[in-house]
Amino acid sequence: MYVAVKGGEAAIANAHSLLADRRRGDRSVPALRLDQIVEQLALGVDRVMSEGSLYDRELAALAIVQARGDMIEAIFLVRAYRTTLPRFGYSKPIDTANMLVERRVSATYKDLPGGQLLGPTFDYTHRLLDPELAAGADVAEPLLRETEAQAMPRVSAILAREGLIEPDGDMPQDHVPGDITREPLEFPMARDIRLQALSRGDEGFLLALGYSTQRGYARNHPFVGEIRIGEVELELDVPELPFAVPLGTVRVTECQMVNQFKGSAKAPPQFTRGYGLVFGQSERKAMAMALCDRALRAKELGEDVVAAAQDEEFVISHSDNVQATGFVEHLKLPHYVDFQAELDLVRRMRAEHDARENPPKGDEKREAAE
Amino acid sequence: MRGQEARDQAERKAAMATLAQSSGDDIVRLWNEAGLPSDAELLRGPETGLVTLRGRIGGGGAPFNVGEATVTRATVRLPTGQVGHCYALGRDKQKARLAAIADALWQDPARRTEVEAGLIAPLRSALTTAHEKRRAETAATKVDFFTMVRGED
Amino acid sequence: MDIAAQSIEGGFADPVFNAQTVFRAVMDTMARPGSVQKLPALARPPAPLSATAGAIALALCDNDTPLWLDPALQASTTVRSWLGFHTGAPVANTPADAHFALIAAPAEMMALDGFSQGTQDYPDRSTTLILHVGDLVSGTPLLLEGPGIETSATIAPAQMPRHFVEQWKQNIKRFPRGVDIILATADGIACLPRTTRIKTMEA
Repeated sequence: MYVAVKGGEAAIANAHSLLADRRRGDRSVPALRLDQIVEQLALGVDRVMSEGSLYDRELAALAIVQARGDMIEAIFLVRAYRTTLPRFGYSKPIDTANMLVERRVSATYKDLPGGQLLGPTFDYTHRLLDPELAAGADVAEPLLRETEAQAMPRVSAILAREGLIEPDGDMPQDHVPGDITREPLEFPMARDIRLQALSRGDEGFLLALGYSTQRGYARNHPFVGEIRIGEVELELDVPELPFAVPLGTVRVTECQMVNQFKGSAKAPPQFTRGYGLVFGQSERKAMAMALCDRALRAKELGEDVVAAAQDEEFVISHSDNVQATGFVEHLKLPHYVDFQAELDLVRRMRAEHDARENPPKGDEKREAAE
Repeated sequence: MRGQEARDQAERKAAMATLAQSSGDDIVRLWNEAGLPSDAELLRGPETGLVTLRGRIGGGGAPFNVGEATVTRATVRLPTGQVGHCYALGRDKQKARLAAIADALWQDPARRTEVEAGLIAPLRSALTTAHEKRRAETAATKVDFFTMVRGED
Repeated sequence: MDIAAQSIEGGFADPVFNAQTVFRAVMDTMARPGSVQKLPALARPPAPLSATAGAIALALCDNDTPLWLDPALQASTTVRSWLGFHTGAPVANTPADAHFALIAAPAEMMALDGFSQGTQDYPDRSTTLILHVGDLVSGTPLLLEGPGIETSATIAPAQMPRHFVEQWKQNIKRFPRGVDIILATADGIACLPRTTRIKTMEA
């Protein structure tokens, strides 16, 4: 039964205007502009795009400001916004081999065509807080090195030549990629649908699960075959044009995890793979996604399912932070009626318990009489 | 398809790619400098929607859906009859309208040279410069391995 | 006018309000089976697609709704490209994959059970059929009963599918699965949702 209780309107309205005030903070401090967030908090913007599942920097920046920097709230705002837009179609699959690369490293091959390009990385920094940054010091222009453009084949293609690695993941010929934004989740789930869920999954949750596989809960001996970050062109087939229409470029991060595999009843000894692909520059997320993708292939590869990271229903059902925050946070909303019922129940149970533990004097007589 | 038709289609697509990658501000500035006509009937849009971005499992395997991107599109018709289209990432409606007009003008043989020279070529050159700079900045972070020889042997 | 121009012309002049007008008409006639709503010609699709059926397609179809066309419509490149440009709806490979089906010649159409009937878990996944009919008064009168009809209602759509009354009985037996039908005349619509029972006047 639902009982409507009114009376919160004024409090809610005032709370929202107080929120607006606190969001703006001290008026003597200049207000943030969206372009400042896009330029200077770029990786936060990338995370909101990736987990909000909407590639649009300005909208992600707006969401971050509106959410006062609460990333999950920002992701929630972006998810809500995208439901208001019509969908024009599905792009042609992006070609990550043909990327304007901004970073590309491999932990499996030192010398590979195109080389190791560190790009704008936190790796090898000393993790010392920088007082000069706080003082607003000028930043030097980056160094340039003139080179001929070089082809950068994916590392998986190099390993494939020896035949010791499984091919890129295939699906049956007539398989239409599943879409979790259109169809409810059903288990067991095909790998393409899992990857869609993982790509928008919570970075912290996937990171923890990926870490758990390294610590021995479904160990799968991973190496970073390759991480590459950069811009790829996007194209869409439309009925009114005889060719795929170019939409512009998007920045993505791709991780090819290579896993040693001793073989099973279903597959010979070889290297297997986990795959990560996310919007923006989100290396940690792409790596965690690749670790989870590989762990979730346990059944397909004939491995025993023994750990949380291999449990498809557990991982995919709990990876979405908008769903998770919705269900956790709803607990703070009024449950007055439910709780009254619980209160009555506990009172009654306590009374019965007390009656059993400390029977009032005179009861023995009555029991004897019964 | 005949050779000339295929070449025309490839060139038209390249022009659309240049417009889609360029900023709305750059397009407006060059449009005004080149004095291109912006008179056209809007047949559809400009309107913003979503395109679901697809990747491939393992980089080259079966397609899967990664997430959505905002895309704005427009379709216009010139007084001379040519119909032009634009689809571009983002939510810039002014850019989509002008790019659709540019696509329509491009299809008019009498206008193509003007559009290519006044708009597409300068946009393409700016994009190439930016790409080359990006590539050179990345190249400066390339690791040049060398081996330290130790011991007597 | 060439095919390219015909397939781009004739969409809604005012996409938001026109789509709302059509949606409202479909919703009201679905809620009150047998009632007729007038609809002005809001779209100008290429023949043989009718203005009313075209407007319904513009209002209801999009990239997520595979559309099946009967042979009369499928034969027209212009109709296919008009629907593609204005709705973005993909063409369904088989009638069983279709969310919507446009039927220009109902008298020659395939059986209703060839379309998607939905599933017990998701009965909403059945095909909604949009039939071109000449009018709603000159055919065999159909006496309608069921939810949304106070006592009974009567329509007499012309050029209905063969053995329609018998087919509709079968459709009702599949409930909650089954198709729904929108009847589109030159200037109006009426609906037969799967909950409506038909009694012929003769019977």
